Amino acid sequence: MKLDAKIPAGSLEDKWRKYRSTVNLVAPNNKRRIEVIVVGTGLAGASAAASLGELGYHVKAFTFHDSPRRAHSIAAQGGINAAKNYSNDGDSVYRLFYDTVKGGDYRSREANVYRLAEVSVDIIDQCVAQGVPFAREYGGLLENRSFGGVQVSRTFYARGQTGQQLLIGAYQSLSRQISLGTVEMFNRHEMLDLVLIDGKARGIIARNLVTGKLERHAAHAVILATGGYGNVYYLSTNAMNCNVTAAWRAVQRGAMMANPCFTQIHPTCIPVSGAYQSKLTLMSESLRNDGRVWVPKKKEDVEGIRQGTLSPVDIKEEDRDYYLERRYPAFGNLVPRDVASRAAKQVCDDGFGVNKSGLAVYLDFASAIERYGKSQAHQQGLDSSDKNLVRKLGEKVVEQKYGNLFEMYEKITGTNPYKSPMMIYPAVHYTMGGLWVDYNLETNVPGLFALGECNFSDHGANRLGASALMQGLADGYFVIPYTIGPFLSGEIRTPAIKTDAPEFEEAENATRARLEKLMSIGGSRSVESFHRELGLIMWDYCGMSRNAEGLNTARQKIRALREEYWKDVFVPGSMDDYNPELEKAARVADFMELGELMIVDALNRNESCGGHFREEYQTPEGEALRDDANYTYVSVWDWKGDADPQLYKEELKFENIELKTRSYK
Amino acid sequence: MKLTLKIWRQKSAQTKGAFESYQVDANEHMSFLEMLDVLNEGLVEKRQEPVAFEHDCREGICGTCNLVINGRPHGPLPGTTTCQLHMRHFKEGETIVIEPYRAQAFPVIKDLVVDRSPLDRIIQSGGFISVNTGQAPDGNAIPIEKDVASRAFDAAACIGCGACVAACPNGSAMLFTSAKVSHLALLPQGEVEHNRRVVSMVHQMDKEGFGMCSNIKACEVECPKEISVTNIARMNRQYFSAMIGSDEK
Repeated sequence: MKLDAKIPAGSLEDKWRKYRSTVNLVAPNNKRRIEVIVVGTGLAGASAAASLGELGYHVKAFTFHDSPRRAHSIAAQGGINAAKNYSNDGDSVYRLFYDTVKGGDYRSREANVYRLAEVSVDIIDQCVAQGVPFAREYGGLLENRSFGGVQVSRTFYARGQTGQQLLIGAYQSLSRQISLGTVEMFNRHEMLDLVLIDGKARGIIARNLVTGKLERHAAHAVILATGGYGNVYYLSTNAMNCNVTAAWRAVQRGAMMANPCFTQIHPTCIPVSGAYQSKLTLMSESLRNDGRVWVPKKKEDVEGIRQGTLSPVDIKEEDRDYYLERRYPAFGNLVPRDVASRAAKQVCDDGFGVNKSGLAVYLDFASAIERYGKSQAHQQGLDSSDKNLVRKLGEKVVEQKYGNLFEMYEKITGTNPYKSPMMIYPAVHYTMGGLWVDYNLETNVPGLFALGECNFSDHGANRLGASALMQGLADGYFVIPYTIGPFLSGEIRTPAIKTDAPEFEEAENATRARLEKLMSIGGSRSVESFHRELGLIMWDYCGMSRNAEGLNTARQKIRALREEYWKDVFVPGSMDDYNPELEKAARVADFMELGELMIVDALNRNESCGGHFREEYQTPEGEALRDDANYTYVSVWDWKGDADPQLYKEELKFENIELKTRSYK
Repeated sequence: MKLTLKIWRQKSAQTKGAFESYQVDANEHMSFLEMLDVLNEGLVEKRQEPVAFEHDCREGICGTCNLVINGRPHGPLPGTTTCQLHMRHFKEGETIVIEPYRAQAFPVIKDLVVDRSPLDRIIQSGGFISVNTGQAPDGNAIPIEKDVASRAFDAAACIGCGACVAACPNGSAMLFTSAKVSHLALLPQGEVEHNRRVVSMVHQMDKEGFGMCSNIKACEVECPKEISVTNIARMNRQYFSAMIGSDEK
């Protein structure tokens, strides 16, 4: 099989413009007869469903939530990038493109990333028109801030709730189309299989989560906007219900996964506090603008802290190791996420972790509080040598900037981060890998499209901060309405797809059999206990750093665990009822297979790049060592069940950017 | 810490529910929902059906979690969703009563899970700005005063959890509806269709079986995002002015 990325000819700047002007369209009278299924209603799904509905297609949108507004896009805190150059600081479409490709450690597709940077400017306009209350200056114009190690301020934000406000904007547009009848909304429905007729995606099998009934839904094309698979690690910053099932069911039907091992571990999350823990909470990257990361230099201080005889504020300045500032003087605490995470792991592995489990470092705001306090005292003509006054003034400034985050930290941990430094540790946050798609965002299965975090296309081996929201909305509002044209323009003579086709019958039966099997095992262990064990294997061997030996071990462990799962899991309740345990059981079964594929992918990639750090491939100083000669390709995997998955390679050609070693020293 | 939980169990909307008591061993660092996870894992081990409750982001932003804890939606802490409530706010040996939201418009699906789709239908009736993708002018074309944008944001912070409805003795959705009306009406982009919007949304709210507002203000007290009842006053004012100038009878 040959993978064709279908990248349009022409110069980088002309590709998308020419494509849009020449792509095949579907006439309005035909659009009314064409049905499109959209699975998932986060930023990508809701914006796609709304935009396609506006164009006149008949859209059926699905979410497993009780409302389309609950999708996990809602939890994004920091902001959304756009090359508006409102700050007059030298930003441009090219610079955003360049930063994204470099940030992704040169493992993404130039043409897709350039298009993303181009449409980023339209996203902001669209969201403002919908009523998204972005932060503004006193003059009434939009405010920007800087993010994640780039040199311009291009991040638009809405307090610490940017994702929420953008999602509500998309949800409102979707709601408008629902009221107009162009979008039919199916809440509390989970996609459990993809239906192919004559090799094309023509529908899905969905389970009504309230009644338990399996339903057949047909359409001319199917769009998956079902998010990432970070929950394969059990503990992550993803919402509890995030899962890979829709995408993995598509894989079972022949779609291919690209770069599945590329996972983003976010450096600033609240550390694990106990075995009962269900999820991890992110503290926004923006905190690293003012927070300094450190651990004690002396082991005896570490011991004292762990035993509670010492407090971090007791440790003298010269006895602290500000290791990011020491190792990366040029970027300091603002190195990219992958670099910061790995550094934290190293100091903890060396025994300097500062909580009982030894897996935490400090994020300290004391010097920011002092700096801001002095500046305030100076501005107000007060005594800047009065320590208590300076502290009070400084805390006020910090509160204005990060108040909601500090409050959240205190709610969760019970400690006051104004008085004592935060404790943080890296956690799984985002998956750059996903379903392989071409320039049209179409998978290798004709008529099956993948948008947002669900696909692999734009972030390479590491995503920059504030770019996930950008990609989700770009795909949904401005890309798919055009790129679905080439497929659907060939379908205008296809009558409505009927759900009594034998392919629907087969898929429904297979789904029922799978669920019946899960219900009937009646073993001795809960779904949760298996998921937790799977997560630990993934975290230990395929987490922040990986090596061949460990990966081989992990593959064996996962296979054994999977076997045990299908023999010993216990799912209570009934299939014909609201049953969250059964939902979870089907999702964990898919994670068990995906986990193995991630390991196979990580084993294949004999280099370190972005979030993928192979211990065998590093410089003497412990920095990632990329191998451009042998690995400048997308790994595209055809899953074969118990047999070895088959690898296809999509070579990445860099015609506009020179490949360089990322250095933050 | 050892706790007694009195939890509402109900198989479906059609069947009758009742309280059942459980013992659970928790610790003070757990979130309230993690404490329920522990309970459920124990039930599964005993081959009993776990308690159904809704939750997702566990970061206080998605609005999925609900629960009425000791008579209060989202429990005792102000400005806090159930998922952000931690067990350190409870005492050793305490009995905690956990119920679903109780409102005519929110039928129980199972145990602690209720159907909040009426809130979606209120938004569908007009809680949006009618702008198609691609029609937008430049984002800086309409300057908006910082304070105005900030007030719009305060209203837009609503997470649609429905605690306001559960808190209200009348089961009214006025705080939810007025938050959306205010968010959009405060902004110049939303002003164009605000008469139509407020009338349509208020009528949909009535159609869904929500009660009337009698200014009890429990909604504001229990709202995890601290949405102000000022929004209700603003909506009432806009509704009356829209009705006076409207042909609709």
